[in-house]
Amino acid sequence: MGDVILTMKGIDKSFPGVHALDHVDLEVRRGEVHALMGENGAGKSTLMKVLTGIYKKDAGTITYEGKEVEFSNPREAQDAGVVIVHQELNMMGHLTVAQNIFIGREIMRGKFIDDKKMNEEARKLFDRLGIDIDPTETMSRLTVGKQQMCEIAKAISHDAKLIIFDEPSAALTEAEIEELFKIIRDLRDRQLGIVYISHRMDEIKVITDRVTVMRDGAYVGTLITEDCTKDDIISMMVGRVIYEEGKTESHVAPDAPVVLKVDHLNAGRMVQDVSFELRKGEILGFSGLMGAGRTETARALFGADPKESGDIYVNGQKVTIKSPQDAVKCGIGYLSEDRKRYGIVVEKTIAENSTLATLKRFMKGIFIDNKKENEAAQNYVDILKTKTPGVDQLVVNLSGGNQQKVVIAKWLVRDCDILIFDEPTRGIDVGAKNEIYHLMNELVDQGKSIIMISSEMSEILRMSDRIVVMCEGRKTGELGIEEATQEKIMHAATRRD
Amino acid sequence: MADKTANKKTGNAFTNNPLVKLIGVQKIVVLLVLILLIVFFRANSTAFGKYSTLLSIMDYTYYLAFLAMGVTFCLLTGGVDLSIGTGMFCYAIIGGYLITHKDMPVIVGILVTMLLGLAMGTINGLIVTRGGHAPFLATLCTMMIARGLGAIATNSTSVTWPAYSAANGWTRRIFKITIGNTKYPLGLLWVILLMIAFSVFLNRTRPGRYITAIGSNEEAARLSGVNVKNYKMLAYMICGLCTGLAGLAYSSAFQSMAPSGGGGIELNAIGAAIIGGTSMSGGSGSVVGTILGVFIMSVLQTGLPYIGLQANYQQIIIGLVLIVAVYIDVLKNKRLAR
Repeated sequence: MGDVILTMKGIDKSFPGVHALDHVDLEVRRGEVHALMGENGAGKSTLMKVLTGIYKKDAGTITYEGKEVEFSNPREAQDAGVVIVHQELNMMGHLTVAQNIFIGREIMRGKFIDDKKMNEEARKLFDRLGIDIDPTETMSRLTVGKQQMCEIAKAISHDAKLIIFDEPSAALTEAEIEELFKIIRDLRDRQLGIVYISHRMDEIKVITDRVTVMRDGAYVGTLITEDCTKDDIISMMVGRVIYEEGKTESHVAPDAPVVLKVDHLNAGRMVQDVSFELRKGEILGFSGLMGAGRTETARALFGADPKESGDIYVNGQKVTIKSPQDAVKCGIGYLSEDRKRYGIVVEKTIAENSTLATLKRFMKGIFIDNKKENEAAQNYVDILKTKTPGVDQLVVNLSGGNQQKVVIAKWLVRDCDILIFDEPTRGIDVGAKNEIYHLMNELVDQGKSIIMISSEMSEILRMSDRIVVMCEGRKTGELGIEEATQEKIMHAATRRD
Repeated sequence: MADKTANKKTGNAFTNNPLVKLIGVQKIVVLLVLILLIVFFRANSTAFGKYSTLLSIMDYTYYLAFLAMGVTFCLLTGGVDLSIGTGMFCYAIIGGYLITHKDMPVIVGILVTMLLGLAMGTINGLIVTRGGHAPFLATLCTMMIARGLGAIATNSTSVTWPAYSAANGWTRRIFKITIGNTKYPLGLLWVILLMIAFSVFLNRTRPGRYITAIGSNEEAARLSGVNVKNYKMLAYMICGLCTGLAGLAYSSAFQSMAPSGGGGIELNAIGAAIIGGTSMSGGSGSVVGTILGVFIMSVLQTGLPYIGLQANYQQIIIGLVLIVAVYIDVLKNKRLAR
């Protein structure tokens, strides 16, 4: 390890209602691979966005190569040698590899682009990195792994001195990861500073020199990777916070029947051989890190995405669910994680949204019975305490928490027995959160069953009777609430089998 | 934070007026523009005020009204139908050819015209929902097919439906009836009746509700268990049937129709729907607004020659009107995207 290339000190950043970064420190040296770890929402990405000028910090100092800096946009950071290799690839599929690498700074001959020269330069770059890619190949024809290599090559061609890898291995195969690590080690040997963000504990041990852990937007500590164990890192990630309202025992009767059984469900890379059971009156928590395949599992189960294989049983009966229509007929309701995109029709009224899944029941002959519809909507506005001047209000005018209540109302009107809540409290303030928790508890008391996908550990421990943990498309753990701890969940969520 | 923003104040005294809310801001604006246009043309041309001018405005109104109401359904789902202009000519020409050249009863011609429209609408719907083609492309292709089909079926002859005075010319009297010595624009009654029926259909029935929901947020509708494909299909079928109706209206109002004509009329119809407040991106709009937009089109088309502006100027002015109308749509979408 060489001298310090980057010091971030006391970085503070707030968004309306959220203290995203609370005086965070980070130090990166030349010639080191520095892991940045933390649960979902710990603030890793926000910190990197502050560094590269996407967000403006509220307080703190950034010292880069001995000088205090504040980049005002990623372009400025890039010019100074700080580049991010994103998890999602920012490539233009129809252009060639070389055209992608030199986008925005094409090599010119006179007034025209010199493709030949760009291909040569790209080839030199690949040779230097020991990557075997044809610069004239169309980008979309490469594998995800090769595309990632191009992204790295592009970063290096900017004369990078500090490279940030944001979960680079998430979409790679085993062999591709090996190749990636070779390149990263090579970059380290050339005295570049490298920040490596990943959820994979095993990789951290293999590739990194030091680890900085963040939790809830705050700096927890920095360790030398060699000197610490996986458990040390996990306990730093989850902290010692006791959630007083956490469930201590399951509220489900021991003889409660199984209402939903999912058997060996497969749907692409994100859902591999997932099996579980849901019992009457149970809240089954689905925990895992981003990209664990929980939402994909729910969508495949609900018929929103095609499945490859697997059986679904509702109340012991085998059912065929090929479309959301089929799922709704089986009494399953799905509350999407992305309300705006999948949950509500924003330009329509509360009443219209509430009855969207059930319109058949609000007909008088061939006409919609507006009075009955409004009464039903008003009934659920009262029950859910939705704050609105009336049911004829357009949903677009409601706050996030109230929009969520409209989505819930839609499925309650439908009287679904099985409800899938996907991140039910995302983007919702504390008060409304508690109301939604209460509501979920009331629902299971009435005999409904809930699958709750959540990335918030406290939510999982507070609400679930049983917890399924997923990692990279596989179920990696199942815990009763009695035995569940944050550490156990995190172990399962970072396990790669 | 959520509760404070629960009741965002939107609009001003005018837009919050209950009557304005009921009718809709855009429809009121369009209605005012329409009245202004009529006042303007009357002030600048005494001939514009004649009864015969009204009849001629109506001739332009009927077919455009049917086309525009039909395409409103496609637009509401977030799609479009470009085949309606050439389609209208194609179906009416084939229907008329059977009557005038093959001596078939008029009713056969009418049925063929309508059924061809319905068939093409069904094909459009199938290509869009089952084939997964973008509506723009799918209907661009069927537009070309319709253009060729009309010419082939009629051996490239122009067709004129039986004249007003002819024994079998009763189709013309569906739209313009003579009582005593005066002609009455009977077609207006049919347009208004269909407008009311469609309004009720859109606002009070399940298919109508679903069609707008799909255009507004297709994925949310699908995840709510709505059979998105079938209801989209329905929208294209309604549009096709309306195109057949428009073919009848056109052949009743005008003289000869040349095969492979009608191109460009679809843009007038889509333009009328957009002027009337139907969004290009789907989900919002109304047939009442569309009819107001149709009148703007037909009044412009009839009125401009009276103040000395011929066809080429009409095109420019209609183009400018459309730019303004689409801009209003863009503003609306921006507000929703917040």
